[in-house]
Amino acid sequence: MSVIVTDIGFRADDFDGDIIPLAEAAEAAVSVELAPDADPQALVGRLTALKLIAINFPSFADGRGFTIARQLRRMGYQGRLRARGHVISDQYAMARRSGFDEVEISAEQAARQPETEWMFRADWQNHDYQARLRKD
Amino acid sequence: MYRYNEFDDAFLAARNAQFRAQVQRRIDGSLTEDEFKPLRLMNGLYLQLHAYMLRVAIPYGTLSSDQMRQLALIADKFDKGYGHFTTRQNIQYNWPKLPEVPDILDALAEVKLHAIQTSGNTIRNVTADHFAGAAADEIADPRPVAELIRQWSTDHPEFQFLPRKFKIAITGSPNDRAVTRAHDIGLRMVERDGEAGFEVIVGGGLGRTPVVGKVIRDFLPRADLLPYLEAVVSAYNTLGRRDNKYKARIKITVNENGIDAVRDQVEARFNELRPLFKGVDQELLAQIEAHFAAPEFAPRDEAPYALAYANDPVFRSWADTNLAAHKAPGHAIVSISLKAQGQTPGDATSDQMRLLADLADRYGHGELRISHEQNVILPHVHKSDLPALHAALKPAGLATANIGLISDIIACPGMDYCALATARSIPVAQQIAERFDALKLEHDIGPLKIKISGCINACGHHHVGHIGILGLDRAGVENYQITLGGDGTEDAVIGQRTGPGFAYDEIVDAIERIIRAYLELREDPGETFLAAYRRLGAEPFKAALYPEAAKKNAA
Repeated sequence: MSVIVTDIGFRADDFDGDIIPLAEAAEAAVSVELAPDADPQALVGRLTALKLIAINFPSFADGRGFTIARQLRRMGYQGRLRARGHVISDQYAMARRSGFDEVEISAEQAARQPETEWMFRADWQNHDYQARLRKD
Repeated sequence: MYRYNEFDDAFLAARNAQFRAQVQRRIDGSLTEDEFKPLRLMNGLYLQLHAYMLRVAIPYGTLSSDQMRQLALIADKFDKGYGHFTTRQNIQYNWPKLPEVPDILDALAEVKLHAIQTSGNTIRNVTADHFAGAAADEIADPRPVAELIRQWSTDHPEFQFLPRKFKIAITGSPNDRAVTRAHDIGLRMVERDGEAGFEVIVGGGLGRTPVVGKVIRDFLPRADLLPYLEAVVSAYNTLGRRDNKYKARIKITVNENGIDAVRDQVEARFNELRPLFKGVDQELLAQIEAHFAAPEFAPRDEAPYALAYANDPVFRSWADTNLAAHKAPGHAIVSISLKAQGQTPGDATSDQMRLLADLADRYGHGELRISHEQNVILPHVHKSDLPALHAALKPAGLATANIGLISDIIACPGMDYCALATARSIPVAQQIAERFDALKLEHDIGPLKIKISGCINACGHHHVGHIGILGLDRAGVENYQITLGGDGTEDAVIGQRTGPGFAYDEIVDAIERIIRAYLELREDPGETFLAAYRRLGAEPFKAALYPEAAKKNAA
């Protein structure tokens, strides 16, 4: 069982539906998973219909998912955006600031990096140089 | 100088608290060594050959006297009483203990210094012309822009796990002292039709594949800087290779995709990003600029300088080599050499650091700079104070008159410290400096940049040395290859290899043969080594280097 991390801590996955890799997903699918080398432009025209997009992190050292998340938000995607895979608690603030709503980690990862470690970075809106440089 | 505001202070305190927790979590096992590694790297902590090494940023090379004193205190309290200034405007401590590193970071924060992003696959400490704000030839002081870039790149959520490290350098002078063409992004401040902007160079770098950067935008309006930088790094994060760390730098991305394809992608992303910057960044820049207002340069009698120059040959020799033209009348930029012949290039003891801080207070408006050539600079000294300054430097071993000369060598730490090194570099630098000092030829030879790297990663910038030396390992034996004709300025050129390398006990003789050939071949003492090389080509120098081969060819 995987664990979902949000600003209020750990919880079980409450998303009702299958999250299917984009290449295998039907045009009408409402929840898809993107590989780290995916081109978000492939989703042009489908963004309003999508309820959840998960972006896969094969390794925490592979930061492409952060760029994809920000691209999707700039394209106007307003649905649920999930970072999924090998993400560590130290990256939680980066994930939230890049536009992710939540992180999905394995039970093993959750055991090794318990909820308190993730909550330590739930203050991701504080101390944010980017927000200062872009505010209205 | 930039003064931290409440936001900067709170950010740094929070960041240091995070790292303190990360160290604790590494010790208790909730972080694996693999996971801890990028976290310690993005806080400047390396694992070296013998111990941890902490790399502290000196943002755009500018230090206050109080900051320098704190660096000295840290050297005494947590290290062995010295620090090593690097080729990217950092200071490295070679012997910190892991549990003490959070305390060192807190001590740095007391004087608004940090080690953030001095390592790791992220945007590194931004470097700038070390004469910034003082040079007579400057269009504009690049440091306010560098500080803006520091703030933008610090903890940037999208760019902490890039394919590879990413280095940015900026110069405000047409004479490029910041080696902008050897950086992932180089910025040159320019003007067009009265409007201030930047020439943006991308994809330069040294390392195992040396590349001179290419112009990606010949004129970028000033207000477009942050969205454009963000577009470049974002496109690189998408396009950069992650399958092979030796092909992961943006120079390879540019070579493999072509500059035009990279430019197209950058411009597309720039168009998305530009509207998100609504001008508050430019307001912030205006505030930062006020922090860098130049001190008041009062006119004073210059007679003491003229008198010392006329009567004291040691002072005259130092003044001729170690001073540069200042924008204010009666003033000079003083380069203080950390290259005393026989010493480790770039090392300073805590006593030397404290003396430099005191002299900066007494004669230089409390300001210091660190150059990528590993020397310390007092940017604003009135000429009448130079004799007293010189006299104070002498007993501390800091009055070496060799800036820009053959013993002002850049050398990486090499096999004496570095886990990656394949050969020693510091002892080679020491022996070359001592040889030409003993021959009393240094001043006759004139301007000459020798740069030494102890492995193919080229931290010693050997590719852009007029004479470059690369130390390799050949079946367990150190072997030194020579390159000639490299140049790190606005006319950047990668040096050409001469031929087979030399053993450790042959390399100094080999350098001497090159120099003797130059002294013989130059048109007059005004023709520098680099000018002579450009006029003559490599052949006469190769003939001097490899006399046996030359004899064979002649026969």
